[in-house]
Amino acid sequence: MRSIDRKSLEKALETYRVLDEDGNLVGEEPSISDSTLVKMFEYMVRARVLDEWLLKLQRLGKVAIHAPNKGQEAIVGAVMPLRPEDWVFPSYRDLGVYLVRGMSEEEILDRALYNEDDPLKGSDFAIYGNRKYNMVPTPVPVGNQIPHAVGVAYAMKYRGEDLVTMVMFGDGATSRGDFHAGLNFAGVYRVPVIFVCENNGWAISVPFERQTRSPSIAFRGLAYGVDSIRVDGNDVLAMYTVAKQAIERARKDKEPYLIEMLTYRLGSHTTADDPSRYRSEEEVREMMRYEPLKRFKRYLVDKGLITESEADELYRRYSSYVEEAAKKALNKSPLPRDIFFYNVYSTLPWNLKMQLEEFREAIKTIEEFGLEVD
Amino acid sequence: MPVMNMVQALNLALREEMERDDRVVVLGEDVGRRGGVFLVTEGLIDLFGEERVIDTPLTELGIVGFSIGLALYGLRPVAEIQFIDFVYEAFDQIYSNMARIRFRSGGMYTVPMVLRSPCCGGIKGGMHHSQSPESFFIHSTGLYVMMPSGPYDAKGMLKTAIRLDDPVIFLEPKSIYRVIKEEVPEEDYTIDLGKGKVVREGGDVTVVTWGAMVHLANQAADFIKEKLGVELEIIDLRTLYPYDKDLIIESLEKTGRLIIVHEAPKILGLGAEISAYIAEEHVDLLYGPIIRVTGYDTPFPLAHEKLYMPNVARIYNAVKRSLEF
Ligand SMILES: Cc1ncc(C[n+]2csc(CCOP(=O)(O)OP(=O)(O)O)c2C)c(N)n1
Ligand SMILES: [Mg+2]
Repeated sequence: MRSIDRKSLEKALETYRVLDEDGNLVGEEPSISDSTLVKMFEYMVRARVLDEWLLKLQRLGKVAIHAPNKGQEAIVGAVMPLRPEDWVFPSYRDLGVYLVRGMSEEEILDRALYNEDDPLKGSDFAIYGNRKYNMVPTPVPVGNQIPHAVGVAYAMKYRGEDLVTMVMFGDGATSRGDFHAGLNFAGVYRVPVIFVCENNGWAISVPFERQTRSPSIAFRGLAYGVDSIRVDGNDVLAMYTVAKQAIERARKDKEPYLIEMLTYRLGSHTTADDPSRYRSEEEVREMMRYEPLKRFKRYLVDKGLITESEADELYRRYSSYVEEAAKKALNKSPLPRDIFFYNVYSTLPWNLKMQLEEFREAIKTIEEFGLEVD
Repeated sequence: MPVMNMVQALNLALREEMERDDRVVVLGEDVGRRGGVFLVTEGLIDLFGEERVIDTPLTELGIVGFSIGLALYGLRPVAEIQFIDFVYEAFDQIYSNMARIRFRSGGMYTVPMVLRSPCCGGIKGGMHHSQSPESFFIHSTGLYVMMPSGPYDAKGMLKTAIRLDDPVIFLEPKSIYRVIKEEVPEEDYTIDLGKGKVVREGGDVTVVTWGAMVHLANQAADFIKEKLGVELEIIDLRTLYPYDKDLIIESLEKTGRLIIVHEAPKILGLGAEISAYIAEEHVDLLYGPIIRVTGYDTPFPLAHEKLYMPNVARIYNAVKRSLEF
C-alpha cells in the first residue's frame, strides 16, 4: 500500500514561495537566466495590458464577454518551462498562457471579436486555443478538459515520446466529476500530466471554503496518489521553479503532478458579474498588496535587470501595440454567414445539405425585404 | 396589479411557495448571496436563510443527485442549473433516477423536485450558453417539461411545477427574462400542466411554438399579414410534455396547415414528435405538409446566431411553402 509521507503532506498544506509580497527573497533563489526573468516579466505585462484592452472592448460593445485575468498573471511561470511540442489545455482566464504558447495579441483579438480570421470560426465565446501551439480550445463547461489532458499524456507515454501535458482549471472545477476522474486515472496510470489548479479564492460568488472542506486542493491531489504542492501563485518565481521540476520529472519518470496555484481574482468573474453582491471592496484592496506584477518588478529592479522607467515604458509600448492590433482586428470582416454549417462533420450529411439550401432561401428573403438580423 | 418581468415573476413564485410550504428549498450554484447569475433567487437567502437557500459546490451531478435525496425524504427542492448547457454531468442522475424512481419502486417513492434553468439562444452567448435541450428530457420518459413565454405564465407554471408530485424540468428562455413585462397578480394562482394557449387567433396557418419563439412568431405573423394577407394562429404550448394535443387539433380543424417553430435542432426535436403524431392520427386534417422551422442540425454557434435560429424570413418562407399546397 502506498502511504503518504510527512513531507508530501507538508508540501500539500504549506505554501511554497520564493518572494514575499514586497519582492524580497524568502526562499532559496532559483537559478534562472536573466533573459528568462525579463521575458517572464514581459509576458506578465502583455497579459495585463491585453486584459485591460479586452475589458475596454467589452465596455464598447465590441467583445461579447471577457473573464478578467488581473491578479493571476503569474500563471506564465507554469507554462514557460514547457517545450512547444508539449500540449496545454488552458482555462478561460489564461491570457498569459496563450501568449507564452505563441498566440499574438492580434490573434487573440481576432478570436475575441470572432472576425474573419478567428481561428475557432465563431464557435464559442471567451475561449482560446490553436493546434499550431499544441493548445486545445477550452470547453466552457468547467473542468471538462481535465480527463482529456490525462488521455493525451497517456497517449504520449504509449508512443514512447518524452512529452508532457499541462492542464489548467479553477478551484470551482475541482468539485466536478471531471476533476476526480482525471486525477484518479492519472494516479492509476502514472502519466506525464501536470495539473495546475488556479485557486483564486472564488468560483463566481462561492468562496473556496464553501467549495470544499479539504484543507487545500493539493491535499485532494495526494488522495489520488498524485504528488501535489501548494504554491504562492502570485509569486511567479515560485510558479516557475515548481513547474520546471514537475515538468522535468514528468518527462523523465512519467509521473503526474498537481500544482495548486494560490492566487486571487482581483476583477469580476466576467464582465457580466457584479462582485459587490458577494465580496467586499476591502477584501480586494487587501489582496492588491499581493498582486504579482508589482512584486516581481521589485525583485527585477533590486537585481538590476530592469529600471522603474523601463518597466513603465514596457507597459506603454504594449499598450500602443495592442491599440494598433485592436484597430486592425476591428476593421476585419465578419465570418461568412453560413460558417456554422461546416466543421460539424468532415462532410455535410444529406440533412445539412437540405438545410443549407433552406438557409440560402432565407438569406434571399432577408435581402428581398431588407429584414434585420444580427 | 404590479407589472413585472419574468425574473421578478419567478422570484415571486419562489417566495410565495417558500412562505406557503416549508418543504420547499432552493439550491444551486450562486443562488444564495449572488441571488443567481440572473437574479431569479435574489433576496431569498435574506428571507429564508442559508439552510433553505443553499449555495452548492460547482457540480451539477451533485446538485441533482442531492436534490433527489431531499425529494425522496419529502422536501420539495427547486434546483437551479446555472445554464441548462451545464446539465450534462447530471444526466445520469436525471435519466436513471429523477425520471425512474417512481417506476423502479413500483410507485412507492416519488421525486417531487423541480429542476429549473435558463435555456435557449438570442443573447450572443455562444455554444454553451444558448442551447435548447428539451428533447433529451422528454425522451427520458418520467419527466414533465415546461417552458413559459412570459412573466404571468412563468409565475403560475412554476407554482404548478413545485406542487406536482413528479419531477419537472422547468426551462426559462433567458433572452426574454427582462424584455417582456406583464401584469402579474400578487396572489396565488397556478396554470395547469398540459395546457397550451392560443396567443393569436387566425384562420389560415397554425403555428405551434413555445418559449421566446412565441414572440418571434408574433412578429412574423404581423409581417406575413402585411405581405401575404394571411392570418397565423399561434399556439404557445407552455407544457412541452405532456403537450396539449387537443389545442393543436382544434386549430388544425380550422386551418389545415401546420408549422412548428423551435430553437432546438430539427432532428428528433419536439417538432418531429408533434409532426409524427399528427401524421399518424390526424392526417385527414392536413391540406399539405407539416413544416418545421428550427435550429439547424449543428451546434449552436456564436457567429450569426440570428441566422442559425428561426427568424422572420424563415417563418415567412415556411408559410409560403405551406400555402402552395
Ligand atoms: C459545468 C459548469 N457549470 C457552471 C458553469 C458556469 N460557471 C462558469 S465559471 C464558474 C465558476 C468557476 O469557478 P472556478 O473553477 O474557481 O474558476 P474561476 O472562474 O474562478 O477561474 C461557473 C459556475 C460552467 N461554465 N460550467
Ligand atoms: Mg476560482
